[in-house]
Amino acid sequence: MPDPTGLELIANELRERRPDSIAGTLHHRGIATLVVDPGHVLGVLTWLRDDPLQRYGFLASLHACDYLPHEPRFGVHYELLNMDRVERIHVKALLGDPGASELPAIDSCVELFPTADFQEREAFDMFGIEFRGHPDLRRILMPEEYEGWPQRRDFPLGGEPVLFTHNEHQMPRWYE
Amino acid sequence: MEIKREKVGGSGEATGDFRIRQLRARDLLRGDLDGPDLERHVEERVLATTLERALNWARSNALFPATFGLACCAIEQISLVTSRYDVARFGAEVFRASPRQADMLILSGRVSIKMAPVVRRIYDQMLEPKWVIAMGACSSSTGVFNNYALVAADKFMPVDVHVPGCPPRPEALIHGILKLQHKIQGHPDLGWRSRYHAEGTEELPHPNVVLAPPAAGEPS
Repeated sequence: MPDPTGLELIANELRERRPDSIAGTLHHRGIATLVVDPGHVLGVLTWLRDDPLQRYGFLASLHACDYLPHEPRFGVHYELLNMDRVERIHVKALLGDPGASELPAIDSCVELFPTADFQEREAFDMFGIEFRGHPDLRRILMPEEYEGWPQRRDFPLGGEPVLFTHNEHQMPRWYE
Repeated sequence: MEIKREKVGGSGEATGDFRIRQLRARDLLRGDLDGPDLERHVEERVLATTLERALNWARSNALFPATFGLACCAIEQISLVTSRYDVARFGAEVFRASPRQADMLILSGRVSIKMAPVVRRIYDQMLEPKWVIAMGACSSSTGVFNNYALVAADKFMPVDVHVPGCPPRPEALIHGILKLQHKIQGHPDLGWRSRYHAEGTEELPHPNVVLAPPAAGEPS
């Protein structure tokens, strides 16, 4: 993990190279997080992967989050790992909710990290985040004809209503 | 504690000693047996039944389950065949690798809506007669995973026996297999109220529930 000073150095270098790319930094419980503007996420990831002093060459995880009461609502997280120094850095891009008719969109990083293929499909499947430039953006876990984005916070839990004594009158003769 | 030893089948003229019966069988084969001795021999040795009942008896005691595990309940299902539980005692130890050779499908775990067509296809591939045991809370009612991703087994296939538990112990599954054997032999087990003569002890329903009188022959 880069310590807080190291994280600030990385952030400052990125700010010099790409103005407006870094929205902030966060060092919480030993995890260094770069909050990145979604439009610059590919540039930041490329620099972190290829710069000879950084060399975060392995995408350990790509996942999404829904912070519903907050705005911007969605977060896409990239967990990068330097295998030589065993250092991790967390890159987070926050996406606003564009409304019910369209999906929040971010650039796909499959070209940089081929492992992101399935993980971006999973984020699309569960949160409805569109990854622009993904070679095959389909649902991966849910059935293809499924409607809705089940891991979003405003998605109903679903399932069968469980009958207890306080609500059994809602379904007369359910025990037959 | 005093241990009493007795010959199996009791003693005396009614059942006869084993040696006597052996000699009688030898006489029968020689053609020397006649009269009341022959009558008694036939009474002891011949069991009259219908073909259907004999067939069902044979079927119920040779249930071949499909090798099919869905989730954590499968661990309990696997331990059925170990020497500790030894489901071979009940003739259900031959886990067939192909559904076409299996008689019984044990749904051991949760069924997601994406897995449900696969399970249904496996069930359709099995040859008649076939039976299904829904093992555990998940396959019966989706259990603790009562959310968008799961579906209860009753929604897409007929289930003969539900075994409750999360997961059920292997003994519980053996109990379910025995219940299924009863069902195959034409004695569907009634509910506990009819077994313990406890009709009329039902909890009072909500005032909005309208109870219809039970139909004739229907277990209450």
